[in-house]
Amino acid sequence: MSTPAPTELTDLTITAAADGMAKGDFSSEELTQAHLGAMEIAAGLNAFITPTPDLALERAKESDARRATGDAQGPMDGIPIAVKDLFCTDGVLTTAGSHILDGFKPPYESTVTTNLRDAGAVMLGKTNLDEFAMGSANVTSYYGPVKNPWKGNDGKDLVPGGSSGGSAAAVAARIALGATGTDTGGSIRQPASFSGIVGLKPTYGRCSRWGIVAFASSLDQAGPLTRSVADAAHMLGAMAGHDPKDSTSAPIPVPDFAAGLDAGVKGLKVGIPKEYTLDGMPPEIEALWTQGMDWLKDQGCECVEVSLPHTKYALPAYYIVAPAEASSNLARYDGVRYGLSLDGDSLDEMYEATRGEGFGDEVRRRVLIGTYVLSAGYYDAYYIKAQRVRTLIADDFRKVFEDVDVLLTPTAPSAAFAIGEKMDDPVAMYLNDVFTVPASMAGLPAISVPAGLDANGLPLGLHLIAKPFDEETLLRVAQSLEDAAGFTARPGATP
Amino acid sequence: MSLDKNDVKKIAFLARIRVPEEALEPLAGELSNIIGWVEQLSEVETEGVAPMTSVADMTWPRRADTVSDGDCAADVLANATDPEIPSGDANVGGFYTVPKVVE
Repeated sequence: MSTPAPTELTDLTITAAADGMAKGDFSSEELTQAHLGAMEIAAGLNAFITPTPDLALERAKESDARRATGDAQGPMDGIPIAVKDLFCTDGVLTTAGSHILDGFKPPYESTVTTNLRDAGAVMLGKTNLDEFAMGSANVTSYYGPVKNPWKGNDGKDLVPGGSSGGSAAAVAARIALGATGTDTGGSIRQPASFSGIVGLKPTYGRCSRWGIVAFASSLDQAGPLTRSVADAAHMLGAMAGHDPKDSTSAPIPVPDFAAGLDAGVKGLKVGIPKEYTLDGMPPEIEALWTQGMDWLKDQGCECVEVSLPHTKYALPAYYIVAPAEASSNLARYDGVRYGLSLDGDSLDEMYEATRGEGFGDEVRRRVLIGTYVLSAGYYDAYYIKAQRVRTLIADDFRKVFEDVDVLLTPTAPSAAFAIGEKMDDPVAMYLNDVFTVPASMAGLPAISVPAGLDANGLPLGLHLIAKPFDEETLLRVAQSLEDAAGFTARPGATP
Repeated sequence: MSLDKNDVKKIAFLARIRVPEEALEPLAGELSNIIGWVEQLSEVETEGVAPMTSVADMTWPRRADTVSDGDCAADVLANATDPEIPSGDANVGGFYTVPKVVE
């Protein structure tokens, strides 16, 4: 037996790495060492807030010991993954990318990371993110921006997307075989598109939210970022499941998401929502979308134009609902029980000083917007109005899904942009999520699959949306897109 | 609806976030832009439409109303910000400390 070179080990998919360990070609310890080495070399990306190399090696050795006694746990056992620093991890610094959580070491572990650990996954570290997951470029983190491992032809440093930007960068740069993310309005799918990887947001309720730092509770959902659709299926299988500790966790069984991946898509009906054509959208994205339709038609799908008439109102409704929930959720940061604490002569002054210092500009903006739309006299005009619009958005989807199996759209209206762009205009930044937010508002499962490169050599994703709890069809269609796209480009080696 | 400096000051107090005086004016501009942009929702006819209360079309199970956790005061207080008072001390500790509230 000869041990593969570290670069070969870091280039594997989860599926291939699991096979390699099962065959005894290499150990989890070797696989983990290779990734820890890659993490050190790529430290300049700023993808990790807290690397956990000692913990990783300890868990890798435990995995190898399980395998030696025939107790390996399945496809995730011994697989090195990165964890978005929004998941609470027992005894390991958890920051949410915010100054206000300085020094916070939770004495408990989130359900999703507990599930992954039980499945044998090895945590390499906690990844950088937009502060409290509020952002689309990973530029609002207290710990600094993350660099996308991809560079355009002009060589500028680009954003990896956000808010799960560190997770996306780590997976794209071959530092981790997969990573957890969370998606409130596109925070898994948009960075996956910007970084040339797969990002899956499951149905609301599929993964437990317990132990995930809350942003907007009616929208937040955890999911995997990986380099293949099959990997996303395996990783989601380990993350998902009913959890009595989250009252909105769905009490339905977790299927074997990978089982039907190769069943083909012949006879499926794919909806193409006409409202997703935007003025000023780059022609390459338009062309890739058409290409995606052709790929699916070639494999036996029928593509039909459908209408989701309230699409354009999803984003403004989201920017009422999400900040409203955020202002309520973030009320807990009081400087008393954990994290940053500034002195004040009264309780109010202590709160104001701590929260004034602890929240960054974007979080402050959203908490203030949320406070405003929930305040007396404005609640009906803004918050209730937005929740009515949300009902109409969900109804639009329900109607089209009476007729089609999945929807195909672009993931984002652009490829990755330079760090520093769109910083002076919050609304321009919000528009990044114009294609991902509607599915979030309706709680639907959706996935971004890398499908091509733009003229600048940067990855672009295609986006699929499915019916509630029909991740199996979603993944099956995603697999056929992946097969047809044959996306083999990689950061630093663009053609 | 456009927000001015005083509106921002009031909202910031409601949210218990100290905003430096010189930041109030620019923040009023940013928030007004966002509010102005979301106000396009007024175009949507929502008469008779129920506001969404749950995104999932299902009844969530309830768990039994029983004590399922506890007796972990030291864990709960482990991240408390006042290190002067040892948590779990029967006489002094076991509490969070805050500035004086009652005069």
